[in-house]
Amino acid sequence: MKLEIDDSQSYLQGDNNIISIKDLQKYFQKTHVLKSINLQVNKGDLVSIIGRSGCGKTTLLRCMNCLEVFDSGTIRIAGITLSRARTEAEVSRDIRNRTGKIRKNLKSPFRKPDEDTELDEDFHIKSQILRTRVGMLFQNLNLFPHLNVLENVVKAPIIVKGESHEQSVHRAVQLLDKVGLKDFIKRYPYQLSGGQAQRVAIARALAMSPHVMMYDEPTSALDPELVEEVLQVMRTLHEEGMTQIVVTHAMYFAKTASDTVIYMEDGKIVESGPPEKIFSNPRDYRTKQYLSSIKE
Amino acid sequence: MKNKMKYGFLTILILSVSFISLLAQNHKYILRYGADAESGAPYVFQDPKDPKHLIGFEVDLINAIAEDLGMKAVHVQNEWDGLIMGMERNDYDIAINGLEITPDREEKVNFSIPYYLTYEQIAIRRDQEGINTLSDLIGKKVGTLNNSLAERILRAKGGIDVRGYTDEDKSYNDLEYGRLDAVLIDQPVALYYAGWNPQLKLTGQPIGEISYGIVLRKSDTLLLNKINRSIEKLKKSGKLRTILEKWNLWNFMMESYLDDHTESNDPHTAYQEYLATQGQTTTFMTLMKRYISFLPMFGEAALVTLSISIVAMLVAVFVGLIVVLLRVYAPNPLSKLATLYIETIRGTPLLVQLYFIYYALPVIPYIGVRISPFVAAVLGLGLNYAAYEAENYRAGLFSVPRGQMEAAISLGMTRNQALRHIILPQAFRFVIPPMTNDFISLLKDSSLVSVITMVELTRVYNQIGATYFDYLGPGILVAVIYLLIGLPFIRLARVAERKYTYDKRKIIKR
Repeated sequence: MKLEIDDSQSYLQGDNNIISIKDLQKYFQKTHVLKSINLQVNKGDLVSIIGRSGCGKTTLLRCMNCLEVFDSGTIRIAGITLSRARTEAEVSRDIRNRTGKIRKNLKSPFRKPDEDTELDEDFHIKSQILRTRVGMLFQNLNLFPHLNVLENVVKAPIIVKGESHEQSVHRAVQLLDKVGLKDFIKRYPYQLSGGQAQRVAIARALAMSPHVMMYDEPTSALDPELVEEVLQVMRTLHEEGMTQIVVTHAMYFAKTASDTVIYMEDGKIVESGPPEKIFSNPRDYRTKQYLSSIKE
Repeated sequence: MKNKMKYGFLTILILSVSFISLLAQNHKYILRYGADAESGAPYVFQDPKDPKHLIGFEVDLINAIAEDLGMKAVHVQNEWDGLIMGMERNDYDIAINGLEITPDREEKVNFSIPYYLTYEQIAIRRDQEGINTLSDLIGKKVGTLNNSLAERILRAKGGIDVRGYTDEDKSYNDLEYGRLDAVLIDQPVALYYAGWNPQLKLTGQPIGEISYGIVLRKSDTLLLNKINRSIEKLKKSGKLRTILEKWNLWNFMMESYLDDHTESNDPHTAYQEYLATQGQTTTFMTLMKRYISFLPMFGEAALVTLSISIVAMLVAVFVGLIVVLLRVYAPNPLSKLATLYIETIRGTPLLVQLYFIYYALPVIPYIGVRISPFVAAVLGLGLNYAAYEAENYRAGLFSVPRGQMEAAISLGMTRNQALRHIILPQAFRFVIPPMTNDFISLLKDSSLVSVITMVELTRVYNQIGATYFDYLGPGILVAVIYLLIGLPFIRLARVAERKYTYDKRKIIKR
């Protein structure tokens, strides 16, 4: 099968948009979670997504990584274009047909991210490749507990990319050095603090040489004094030109480190712009309300 | 990965099958006869002096017939109730074990001409009075053997509380302990199990007429003719009488059957030897010596138990893994099938499954295959425990947090890679303790395979108990052996548990 994958990194020239999202829609059963999201991210930008719980920011991130499959719209990330067009009527008919199955699947931790929807082979393979180009970090420190720090980092490159053991160990040590954990490579995850674990997770994602890094509330499960060490790693990556998208509640970080801040509410992007503008002079009244509510 | 597992499973199957076929040498000149060594004296039973050696008047008879035919008689163990079924399965060529010639049996199999005629005998306790005829038994609790002529006579009489037994020694035990008022069984059994017992006595006139014949398949007419001719020869030459005299079984019915009314003055050597071993008070030393003499038999049986258990557990572990992967990850028809398998196996008794595999599978048209007792035992136990292992694995899989799968997938792994490298290794740790539990449980459940003719520990215990009327000492012995077999595996599981516990804080100290 011939896949239309733009591997030439031509997105680096052109319009410089490494991420481009058009009219993205997502339903969870009957709930309309994402309502026509449009988003462009330039290469090397650090984008913070803020908003109340339940506004759809985590879902947006998960759709961009295909952990959730969106219902309609187009996503182009790092040269891979995924596109679907299911109308609202199709989605609701689907829901009626599959309610029982979904209910069953929701109980199972093994639900395939894309098994509720009819997807062609092409989409599967593309989303697979997309995930190798996007590094993802989760809120709840999903290190593999049965592997030590080094094994955590080298596992995916060896399995997925077929790298040699020496090669990936060499890289892993460099990356762990970068996040300040070179002396911890023989430790197991249970022997690490939350901040250290999150930094290992960053190194693990970087080992796949991603084009984009995404973080889903990377610091909200951490003790306050450990937050800074994780944010520092992200700042360093920013300086090196890594494109990063962060869903965060750490306003201080969003304000000082981001190039762009996006405020979401009710499944829509309400406002986006440079942090100075969003934080000191928001245009939309909803943004104002939200920002004043967290200041108190 | 699935492929590797499949091949592993196949290899084990092929290995065990070829191992079995090596063991079962189907030599042309061997006459395989089925008999239940537990059914006891004086038919076919273990020599109390050397329990590995079978003796009995039927052993003498079949050896004489085989010698006449230029063959070698080889005993195949089977439960008395299942003797005819076992022959239909071609586990052996003929059955000889006090099988009465009855019209309903003759519909299914061929009988040789009778080799022995006898009658039913009432036995009661020494202190009982007033029981002499069948009519005296009305309203009483009367023990007898299941599926025997005596049982039919008792039921036909009506008004008798009939209690069926599988082992004759247990019916006489119950009579002695007062749980029964009388026992009605074939005269030779009564003679050998009650006749010498000071607590019991034989009473009343002969009831009914029994003729024992050798059982053959309907199709084996050639062999039937040969055996009939042999029996005729033994009748004429006086050899049959010599055998019966030796066992003190010569009676008035045989006198007229052989038309031989000469006085009997044989010393009944075998009967006397048997009596000498019964009812005697044993000293502690002779008892110990006897128990030690059991050890080789128990050792052999323990090996059978152990090999069945290990191979069955391997089957369970691999099949269980395949079943759980199908159930959790496969698309719908397959996953439903896996669920159906688990529910069916868990919802039906293991004993029924064993009978089904051993006796019912071979008779299914076209796909019916005859499998050896060992393979049937291993398949029965293994497929049964596979269902339980599958559920264990499922619990293990569910114990791995969902985030692990997502983290693996977002690193670019496919679901199969994530399963193999991330999920299964973590799940395995959770599964070790319940799996150990199941293995110990399987070790004990393996005693059930004695119903499909496997001679394993429990079966040997039963045989020895029946031979010596001693269930206490051998019982303790067999319990200790089961414990000893299980222990190394419990230790092994501990070691594995420690090894696969990545979080060393979670190791529970013993």
